[in-house]
Amino acid sequence: MRFALTQISYLLAAGLFVFSLRWLNQPKTARRGVAAGVAGMAAAIFGTLLYPEIVGFGWIAIAVAVGTIAGIPLSRVPLTAVPQRTALSHAFGGLAAGLVGTAKYALWLPEGALTPFRTGAIAIEVLLGFLTFTGSLMAAGKLQEVIPTRPITYPRQNLINLTLLGIAVASGVWLVIDPTRWMLFPVIVGLSLLFGVLLIIPIGGADMPTVISLLNSYAGLAAVAMGFVLDNKLLITAGALDGSSGFILSVIMCRAMNRSFTNVLFGAFGQVQVAAATGEARPVKSATANDAADYLEHAARVVVVPGYGLAVAQAQHRLREVYDQLTKRGIDVKFAIHPVAGRMPGHMNVLLAEADIPYESLVEMEDINRDLPQTDVVLVVGANDVVNPAARHDKSSPIYGMPIIDADKAKMCLAIKRSMNPGFAGIDNELYTAENTLMLFGDAKAMLGEIAKALTGEGGGGH
Amino acid sequence: MSQSGGLDLWSMLFVFMLATFVGFQVIQNVSRLLHTPLMSLTNAISAIAVVGSILIAGEQKTTFATVLGTVAVAASVTNIVSGFLITDRMLKMFKERGPGR
Repeated sequence: MRFALTQISYLLAAGLFVFSLRWLNQPKTARRGVAAGVAGMAAAIFGTLLYPEIVGFGWIAIAVAVGTIAGIPLSRVPLTAVPQRTALSHAFGGLAAGLVGTAKYALWLPEGALTPFRTGAIAIEVLLGFLTFTGSLMAAGKLQEVIPTRPITYPRQNLINLTLLGIAVASGVWLVIDPTRWMLFPVIVGLSLLFGVLLIIPIGGADMPTVISLLNSYAGLAAVAMGFVLDNKLLITAGALDGSSGFILSVIMCRAMNRSFTNVLFGAFGQVQVAAATGEARPVKSATANDAADYLEHAARVVVVPGYGLAVAQAQHRLREVYDQLTKRGIDVKFAIHPVAGRMPGHMNVLLAEADIPYESLVEMEDINRDLPQTDVVLVVGANDVVNPAARHDKSSPIYGMPIIDADKAKMCLAIKRSMNPGFAGIDNELYTAENTLMLFGDAKAMLGEIAKALTGEGGGGH
Repeated sequence: MSQSGGLDLWSMLFVFMLATFVGFQVIQNVSRLLHTPLMSLTNAISAIAVVGSILIAGEQKTTFATVLGTVAVAASVTNIVSGFLITDRMLKMFKERGPGR
């Protein structure tokens, strides 16, 4: 009876998880998706607590309390810190999988219950779990800028990393052949932890969207492996949903950068081309906030291109003020969202939504590019590589072939930037020296604030 | 035991394959607008690892396993709580154009 009840709860949970993701397809039904997810999780936990093997609830209750106390502040971080939080939660997911795998191995070893299949599943679970754990911690550290965001490289990096991974996998295989050789187990754990660190340190901030998606996928696959270990189909289902989601997101991110997985993971982007950046100094035209306000006010169509700089400066609310002033004058304002703008998939959309910008105004790259030649003013806020025309024609550029937002094709371009220092990838951006570009030097938040003030001052009282 | 274990492997692989397929189908339709909430939601869902962690922490067979299980429950619950809450918080912000515009 109990068994049946558990299985029914699990079935219900699996179904609810699928619906949860299905409802997340569009903003209108998305919150229902969260409710379904919560219900599914509640059913899963209820079903699990019915297991007769559970003899004490004390430790579970303490852990649930600790997790709740830790989880609530983590859900209240500012939206600019969402990428870090996401990376951190991948780390927790990986940790849980690694620990459960370790515990199972330790329990089954004296019982002689380690079949080759179980041992193999545990090895995969532990490998994926622990490498996701340290890899995600590193990613979170880079995003929080506790660890240098620039790629850190050393000689023979890929060779060393792959050798370490190879040893870990070989130890896993050996363990499957002889599960009682328990000394191999700490070797696998140690190498997985180390490999996670080494995998992420050569990766630069601009590649974070891909890396976070990939770690998302690994965390899901670690849960799948746990399902195989524990013979639990709910774990397999939910883990597979997470794994496929992370995989799809990584593919989208890679495509948006015209790069392959191997290139992201082993390419150490932003390292090599420092020498190429020293060309002849082209003249730059700069303007003031008042000039910018003037140009914006006399435009009929404005497209804003936000980038990571917007998040860094926390300038989304000032941008919203400018948006309000312009739409009040009947000017058509759209936001052009590049898939890899920011530090995780969809980062810009969330920031702009926080500033109450209606989501119909957020337009994907492919759709906005058609309109750009008829656009009067493009306002680039903290974006760099995603608007660099070199991606279209300069074969020597490291970003050549990456799809970009054609900001240079608009009648005029205003770009807010701190200084002329090259962007993240260390590449000169010819958009800034183009004939129809005016640079607005300064902090994005302060600059947008001044533009908004200038717009309000000039008879913002309406028509 | 070994025979039924073998049969189970196949049914588990079936579940894995079908769930991955369903995942691909469902997630491909998620609007790019919502990719950040998608990630935090799948994050919370993959904290289903809590199921395995609860079993280990509750069996209390050895101190070692119980401690690991307890830490794993805490890590998973952190993901469940923060994942669902932050997803909902973000989704609340996605608004359609108001009637005044």
